[in-house]
Amino acid sequence: MKGRELTCIVCPIGCRLHITFDGDTINSISGNRCKRGSAYAREECTAPKRVLTTTVRVGGGACPLVSVKTEKAVPKQMIRQCMDEIHYVQATAPVRIGDILLQNVCGTGVDIVATRNVPQA
Amino acid sequence: MRATEVDLAVIGGGPAGLAAALEARKNGIGSILILERERELGGILQQCIHNGFGLHYFGEELTGPEYAWRFVEQVEKQGIPCKLNTMVLHLSSDRVITAVNSTDGLLKIKAKAVILAMGCRERTRGALSIPGSRPAGIFTAGTAQRFVNMEGYLPGRKIVILGSGDIGLIMARRLTLEDAEVRMVCELLPYSGRLTRNIVQCLEDYNIPLRLSHTVTNIYGKNRVEGVTVAEVDSNRQPIRETEEVVPCDTLLLSVGLIPENELSKDAGILLDRITSGPVVGETMETCTEGVFACGNVVHVHDLVDYVTRESITAGRSASDYILHHKETGRRKEFVRTVPADGIRYVVPQQICLREHPEGLKLFFRVDGIYRDVRIAVKCGGQEICSVRRQKVAPGEMEVLTLKPELLKGLDSCGSLSVELVKGKEGGLRP
Amino acid sequence: MVYDAAVIGAGVVGAFVARELSRYRLKVCLLEKESDVAMGTTKANSAIVHAGYDAKHGTLKSILNVRGNELMEQAARELGVPFKRIGSLVLAFSGEDRTTLEHLYQNGIRNGVPGLRMLSAEETAAMEPNVSGTVVGALYAPTAGIICPYELAIGAVENAVRNGVDFKPECGVLGIRKEKEGFTLVTEKGEIRASCIVNAAGIYGDVISEMVQDKSFTIRPRKGEYLLFDKSQGNTVHTVLFPPPTKMGKGVLVTPTVDGNLLAGPTAVDVPDRDDVGTTAPGLEHVMESAKKSVPDIRFRDVVTSFAGLRATPSTGDFIIEASRTAKGFLNAVGIESPGLTAAPAIGEYVAGLLGKEGLPLVPKNDFDPIRKPVIRFRELADEEKQALINRNPLYGNVVCRCETVTEGEIVDSIHRPAGAGNLDAVKRRTRAGMGRCQGGFCTPRVVSILARELHIPVEEVTKKGKESNLLVGRKG
Repeated sequence: MKGRELTCIVCPIGCRLHITFDGDTINSISGNRCKRGSAYAREECTAPKRVLTTTVRVGGGACPLVSVKTEKAVPKQMIRQCMDEIHYVQATAPVRIGDILLQNVCGTGVDIVATRNVPQA
Repeated sequence: MRATEVDLAVIGGGPAGLAAALEARKNGIGSILILERERELGGILQQCIHNGFGLHYFGEELTGPEYAWRFVEQVEKQGIPCKLNTMVLHLSSDRVITAVNSTDGLLKIKAKAVILAMGCRERTRGALSIPGSRPAGIFTAGTAQRFVNMEGYLPGRKIVILGSGDIGLIMARRLTLEDAEVRMVCELLPYSGRLTRNIVQCLEDYNIPLRLSHTVTNIYGKNRVEGVTVAEVDSNRQPIRETEEVVPCDTLLLSVGLIPENELSKDAGILLDRITSGPVVGETMETCTEGVFACGNVVHVHDLVDYVTRESITAGRSASDYILHHKETGRRKEFVRTVPADGIRYVVPQQICLREHPEGLKLFFRVDGIYRDVRIAVKCGGQEICSVRRQKVAPGEMEVLTLKPELLKGLDSCGSLSVELVKGKEGGLRP
Repeated sequence: MVYDAAVIGAGVVGAFVARELSRYRLKVCLLEKESDVAMGTTKANSAIVHAGYDAKHGTLKSILNVRGNELMEQAARELGVPFKRIGSLVLAFSGEDRTTLEHLYQNGIRNGVPGLRMLSAEETAAMEPNVSGTVVGALYAPTAGIICPYELAIGAVENAVRNGVDFKPECGVLGIRKEKEGFTLVTEKGEIRASCIVNAAGIYGDVISEMVQDKSFTIRPRKGEYLLFDKSQGNTVHTVLFPPPTKMGKGVLVTPTVDGNLLAGPTAVDVPDRDDVGTTAPGLEHVMESAKKSVPDIRFRDVVTSFAGLRATPSTGDFIIEASRTAKGFLNAVGIESPGLTAAPAIGEYVAGLLGKEGLPLVPKNDFDPIRKPVIRFRELADEEKQALINRNPLYGNVVCRCETVTEGEIVDSIHRPAGAGNLDAVKRRTRAGMGRCQGGFCTPRVVSILARELHIPVEEVTKKGKESNLLVGRKG
């Protein structure tokens, strides 16, 4: 039986979680003090996700960059690909917070949205 | 030279200043002026493009700029006057502010009340006296963050980070995402003490090694950093010669501490706390100088901006009370000092000024090490009046204790209120 | 085109030599291997204008120290560089020390040093309340002072350039050919012809001298490390405090700087590498321990930065300022260790005289202007002056360096002056932007932008100190 150890990040306690596998399925989760911990462990082991935050160039804006994020968490292993795709995006001022600057990044179904305003220069 | 008079002047338009100004407006103060040295409001949050802000205050997970916008938008809607690109040069003890910018020139602002919200600065290589040469490529993490996130430039390609402070960890991830190689993060202490979340999402996710009990003992390179010497440290935090290892790199990022920026406070003769490096404040966030209040990182360095917001709302409200009623009603004749005792590094507020606390009294403090399974006790003149249990406390995570109004009845006979760590049921105070 | 004189090295010595020569109708060039003035010993020393009791009577050091001290006030005034005659104390901790001080005193009298006086323990404590209680007395020299050595050199070079000198940075001398008349200098930027050469190459003084087969001396680098303390500590002492001198030199001094910081150092350690200006843990520790002997309340937590410099220690024990015996027209001005900074204006005078003796025609220019265009220091202006300045030029209303209150106007001016700033450190030396508590944490991105804009170069090409010291490696994304 395979095993894995994780530190839970849902709350500041940081329980040390122990997960055992039967092949690819989770057999057991222990070490968590609450349900959120086991849910986190489940997701981390089967389909870990992360919110990606980065910046995108803006043409004609009061600042050269606009900070962006994936609207929802995307699969962790796709972060690198997403960064590569976002690299080619060029926004144009004015940009409003919440504007979608790239739809469906890397086919994840998640959009890249602006997290700040950039008025025109 | 422009001379103006305002009811409330707020020095700093970051999250602290913004929340304080909004609260003052809510409480009926019309004449407010926010003075901000950057070209936009929002303070340091504008460059903190990562997630994790607002979980407590808004119940949502926001990025820095999004959190800032919640307040900036309100300031704009409320029409609260701001002067941007304006640097405050001096604050006098009688609340006259000297500031300067390119359009107005020199400004003299006389305020009925002042709120200090200047934030903090980063500890430098110079202050640590890290030996070696002085090549290009040594940055504090915040400065590197500004270059990457606001200006769009990379500080380096092969990076060693000293200090596992949040900014250092965030930048480890940020630079990795921008195709730099972060070779390692060195941390002087035997523990990271940072939010576990950052260790996982910034280091573990990217297989960046974290070397605990390590420090940088030398910097090489004539024009640009060429490498650093990394060494393990002993229990006295002294480098162990035999463990020295040269790590080739072109950049050293420092995330070794934040220092509240109180030059203006010093000039104004405001009493500072030697441990926090911020002003001594009461629970109203008023400093020892009448009519001058302080909130946010300028008082003590916070981990969560949500707490900054709450603290700043208190400051804004207190400043409003002061302006409207001139003297704060309900003040004690003799302030009660709070005392950080065993295991506690500091407590804010440092003194209790009000007689009554209908909503309770919040004490913010930091411990001086990692402890598990402890009891935190608040003692009034040696008598325990309240205690809470904690599974784990660490210096990197500010704690807050709320004392219910009933507990504070005996404050008059206290002399002082001490906060201390008491042995947990498993015994042993030290980690 | 053949220069009448080529001066090698734009440290404080070369700077004053060039300035002195610019008084005359001569074609002069000043060659510097680094990207800016004062990048060697001149930017990393104790910044003291010595009274002159220390240098052994009869040596060139002693004569030029005293003369330099006399000339410093006028030179500083003309070049717009702050100079404060705060006086110095050599402390005695024992009877033996007192005897040493007596010898210094006698030597000083012989050297013609004005105002020297021996002080009792009480008088010393009255003058310096924070000095150690174990002090038994001191030698007081009222004519000692403090100055900013690199500002002085920068001012002298700017004035020299204004008076016609060609300043050539990043122009290291690789070889020298003796011609029938004069020399050809082979440099990093091509060949330069000159009738005379003044070798003011500091640490590389013997390397340059060997290029004309003059091996009459060697220069050994002797490292000195320093600690600079926060301005809040600037009033800890009011004079330059020296410990009793030893064979190795004047020892670790504690002094206010002309800008209001507190400075402690230097150590004295011979090093093999001419480019080794790194600080070391034992070195900085030694500075701290020694400084505490004089001023027990000094605290490590107030350190703002540390640095190291190399003394160009001559094998002869004295300044080597003389015409070379192997090459006519080649003049050495090397081995200028302490009291080199103090002596610099006098060295300029002396070298010009020597060149005259060598046959260089010294015909004074009637349009020589000794006055450098005043540098504006925004932080020192009164409110009305600040306002008037901003009215004339709004860039002075934009404060870039918060810690030292340096405005965009001052930064732009520092870039465009003759021998102006071309990189971050050069701006720092001229304006103090980046020298405060945050050590450039706040202002660096702004200064970088300003440099890129004013020099019309991409941001990625802005360097810290010239050559390949680029600050940023590229644009992101």
